[in-house]
Amino acid sequence: MSMVVTARGGDEAALAELGEYVEARRPDCVLGRDVRLGELTIEATLSSLPGFVDFLKRDDQTRFSTLVDITAVDHPGREKRFDVVYHFLSMYLNHRIRVRIQAREDDLVPSLTDVFPSADWFEREVFDLFGLMFSGHPDLRRILTDYGFRGHPLRKDFPTTGYTEVRYDETLKRVVYEPVNLVQEYRQFDFMSPWEGADYVLPGDDKAEEEKA
Amino acid sequence: MGVMTGANTAGADLEYGTQTLNRQLQDKGFLLSSTENVINWARTGSLHWMTFGLACCAVEMIQTSMPRYDIERFGAAPRASPRQSDLMIVAGTLTNKMAPALRKVYDQMPEPRYVISMGSCANGGGYYHYSYSVVRGCDRIVPVDVYVPGCPPTAEALLYGVLQLQKKIRRTGTIAR
Repeated sequence: MSMVVTARGGDEAALAELGEYVEARRPDCVLGRDVRLGELTIEATLSSLPGFVDFLKRDDQTRFSTLVDITAVDHPGREKRFDVVYHFLSMYLNHRIRVRIQAREDDLVPSLTDVFPSADWFEREVFDLFGLMFSGHPDLRRILTDYGFRGHPLRKDFPTTGYTEVRYDETLKRVVYEPVNLVQEYRQFDFMSPWEGADYVLPGDDKAEEEKA
Repeated sequence: MGVMTGANTAGADLEYGTQTLNRQLQDKGFLLSSTENVINWARTGSLHWMTFGLACCAVEMIQTSMPRYDIERFGAAPRASPRQSDLMIVAGTLTNKMAPALRKVYDQMPEPRYVISMGSCANGGGYYHYSYSVVRGCDRIVPVDVYVPGCPPTAEALLYGVLQLQKKIRRTGTIAR
């Protein structure tokens, strides 16, 4: 059986073929694959990730030369709480791939910095916002949030307003941190729309029902 | 909206002070004024502004200083150093991490100093009011003289804010502030 990959971005058949090829070459790393909306997603195992990514980078049929992004998704109800998502682009063969792994809160995710040096800041960002630890990262510290910030803001159990706010203190002559005290009450926004089956009655709609009766 | 290029059809400047000055000058050939007034006049005419652009508002702030609105005709020039500026325009979202830096820059400005808070975010947090990382109004960090509403305010609105600040300076006493 000969498998020649001729994927050229967006073509679903070609992407399916690429996914098949990747799974055939690294069956121990791939847990599942899916082509949806013109995008190929591979579910990979946590421990073998650097080797798998190195394969994706070097193999003649894939040649994923660019690490586009690393991010994570929090699913608080799941035992393996986080999805860590990697996006790669092949500048040579003009195709893209998404690699997704699942991780527990206390799992050590192997760092990709040896394969893609650009993973450094991406992993720091994921660590900062989700609190996921990466093993083998040269300098894993916060990158975006305030100095001395506590908590990981993109976790679902982190309150939107956070825990502290700042103010300039006229007597201390410096900016001080205080517990959040909202002047205006927190608003719970309602994103349901009547066009998408919201089950509340809009003011005025009840009159139409009365007239019928 | 249009920029007038032909002859001035808007009529004479109706401002009372200017008229009085003109009359005096026509009549006697010299002017009499208090030092306070002269100093105030000089202040309103040289509002060098610290470029504190934090977000998209900065683009409108730049627009204000560009040829169409040309804030320099009011004597205001952008300065890159707080030690040379009289006015700080806080243009954009002020985050917790930026707050100490903003205060430091404000402290480095020589007296008398003025602050214009530009846009919803700087006025009261705006879109990010409930965020964990944004200061709910830059008046928590520095005293503000003029608030310019908008998201972002147009260049015209900011220019109006600067004119309002000039008016405020004219009304304020000179020596003690």
